[in-house]
Amino acid sequence: MAWTKQILRVNLTEGTVNAEPLNMEWANEYLGQRGLATRYFVDEVDATCDALGPDNKLIMATGPLTGTMASTGGRYSVICKSPLTGVMACSNSGGFIGAELKNAGWDMVIFEGQSPTPVYLHVENEKAELIPADDLWGKSVWETDELLHQKHQDPQLRIAAIGRSAEEGCLFAAVVNDLHRAAGRSGVGTVMASKNLKAVAVRGSKGVGNIKDPIRFMRETADQKKVLAENAVTGTGLPTYGTQVLMNVINELGALPTRNMSEVQFEGAHDVSGEAMHEPRKSDGKPNLTTNGACFGCTIACGRISTVDKTHFSVADKPEYWGNSGGLEYEAAWALGPDTGVNDIDALTYVNFLCNEDGMDPISFGSTVAAAMELYEAGDINSETTGGIELKFGSAEALVAIAELTAKGEGFGKDIGLGSKRLCEKYGKPEFSMTVKGQEFPAYDPRGIQGMGLTYATSNRGACHLRSYTVSSEVLGIPVKTDPLETEGKPELVMAFQDATAAVDSSGLCIFTTFAWSLENIAPQIDAACEGDWSVEKCAEVGARIWQLERDFNNRAGMTAADDTLPQRLLKDAANAGPAEGRVCDLDQMIPQYYELRGWDSEGRLTDETRSRYGLPA
Amino acid sequence: MQRSLHIDPGKCTGCLQCEMACSYENEGAFNPAKSRIKVFSFHDEGRYVPYTCTQCDEAWCMQACPVDAIVVNPITGSKDIINDRCVGCKVCTIACPFGTVNYNSSTGKVVKCDLCGGDPQCASACPTSAITYIDADATGLDRMRQWASKTDTQAAA
Repeated sequence: MAWTKQILRVNLTEGTVNAEPLNMEWANEYLGQRGLATRYFVDEVDATCDALGPDNKLIMATGPLTGTMASTGGRYSVICKSPLTGVMACSNSGGFIGAELKNAGWDMVIFEGQSPTPVYLHVENEKAELIPADDLWGKSVWETDELLHQKHQDPQLRIAAIGRSAEEGCLFAAVVNDLHRAAGRSGVGTVMASKNLKAVAVRGSKGVGNIKDPIRFMRETADQKKVLAENAVTGTGLPTYGTQVLMNVINELGALPTRNMSEVQFEGAHDVSGEAMHEPRKSDGKPNLTTNGACFGCTIACGRISTVDKTHFSVADKPEYWGNSGGLEYEAAWALGPDTGVNDIDALTYVNFLCNEDGMDPISFGSTVAAAMELYEAGDINSETTGGIELKFGSAEALVAIAELTAKGEGFGKDIGLGSKRLCEKYGKPEFSMTVKGQEFPAYDPRGIQGMGLTYATSNRGACHLRSYTVSSEVLGIPVKTDPLETEGKPELVMAFQDATAAVDSSGLCIFTTFAWSLENIAPQIDAACEGDWSVEKCAEVGARIWQLERDFNNRAGMTAADDTLPQRLLKDAANAGPAEGRVCDLDQMIPQYYELRGWDSEGRLTDETRSRYGLPA
Repeated sequence: MQRSLHIDPGKCTGCLQCEMACSYENEGAFNPAKSRIKVFSFHDEGRYVPYTCTQCDEAWCMQACPVDAIVVNPITGSKDIINDRCVGCKVCTIACPFGTVNYNSSTGKVVKCDLCGGDPQCASACPTSAITYIDADATGLDRMRQWASKTDTQAAA
């Protein structure tokens, strides 16, 4: 079991909240969270709908292991159609609200329609109601969090909310929970704002039980926690440096996209690295990093809790930013740092705080600023366009100023909120946009890590590292080392990673466990908790089914093989330095074989055979 | 040897494995809301602090109880609630200066840490050894060792 077997359906147009039983047939085919919510979504939503209209739905979903003692069992996802990409959005977050929702007795919440006025959902175990949020609209995530805690006089309330960026239509707005964890990508916060839904506040005290074989579950989860503790990455690297352990490694490899992906190594990489976060600063002798912090149930604890130097120009006159909050993780540090050419760790930390405070995806934000900087330096925009900001690569002042504007949807920040693709189109240089399907790239240059090129091109939510993190294999040698400059074997590798990741996401566990765990470690935990047979093979099959289902939806939303590509810069302009010097991403060597392995036609569409093999809906 | 729970907040990451282990042992479900140990997060300071009953020798909860429902466990030294005697008057929750005795509205009784009868599950579950169950007379040993290791006898020569 492990599922609560109850879901909440919230009709925002009608203002109704109703409980219904979980579809257990689908749970058996799609497990939970990402997979199961997608199954509901494709059943209920027209793929061609307007992402910001009333026909789109937004699902918050937990997995069967969310809220249990399995390490990292605290994840939840937000699923909807993305306004940024026009295809499936599925953004995963840790923190505590996922487990709280499960403790309140709910596997998922489906939001449909659009509320005529701002509301928030308050859940206290079986009691769930929509409450007017007119007083919260226009407030940041952090203000909303504080006001809701005060109003309900419950310090244990867990809250997910959108910030001002979402309200102002920023297309990469996030849903932020527990102050600094985020369902970050693809504009899921923008969809939430379009529904006039400001926040979800949850308190659960029912507990998560219904474990199929509790004794075996406790033994399996305890054994697997030991595996995480003894692994060099999950036991030492991530707790010590967080995901920022990668900054210097990827730079050395010549795969650190720099200045809007025009270069592959950044001279200031060390200044913004995980190592630098430990170095004492001059002003007060304290390092940027205060401590590491865990999400619910996580025995890795990669989260960064940081401060900005009080004497730094960005916060010197803003004492409200002097305390600790969520610090830099690798993707955010890269987008705000190397990609914009800024090597000022305090500026990056402050901007990261702003991204959390007002719910912006720091990857898309940083990448879009990088594109704007290139537009500025090429003369396509000028200081008149930017409202006086000298938007040059390497300018920490410009980065900070633009972040403050984008967070509130003001001035040139409104343009940044369009995302890189629309921004570059607006100013006549679409080739400057480093995006796939309209979503900005994360921190790995596919000229230096070829498998990531195929990963980005075929990801079901646009450019993304979390759909098949082949960096594990190509750089770190997990589970086996492959040559990052080689394309042969990468279609198989990418597909296997995509499927396994879909299964891990759908369980409610964190993908970072896979530095130490494979499905061999994960399936027994699912099997001990969930009714039915959850072998390694079945988990992989479920992962593949989920991938096909997402792809099928995207095809129906209008995506074609032509969208499975990369910006010309990565396909035509060779890397200028490092081990990958002289290389482009040889995507065309990988795509045809990948389609064949997936059982798709040359247009990237599922064949009838594939559809029936996975038992997909017609 | 008498043992006691020893908490080192500096090692805590706020993962709540202790709360789940406690509630699973005592309530049969993973339910932080019903845990006898609580982890407090001080967000602005970047600190996590697990907190539970210290098993006072002169336990005020025990002295305040009008029906003698709180007794000393002779083996572990913990102060245990006798559920059959507890009338749910909550006087002990007021008497405890630390707030570690609490009322459970679903049973009508109070609950507090009983060291799981000598095998505290919070300590077993803690991934960072922020919670340990050690010799009650030597809880300072680890800290002494840390300082001892910094003693540089060679430099003095």
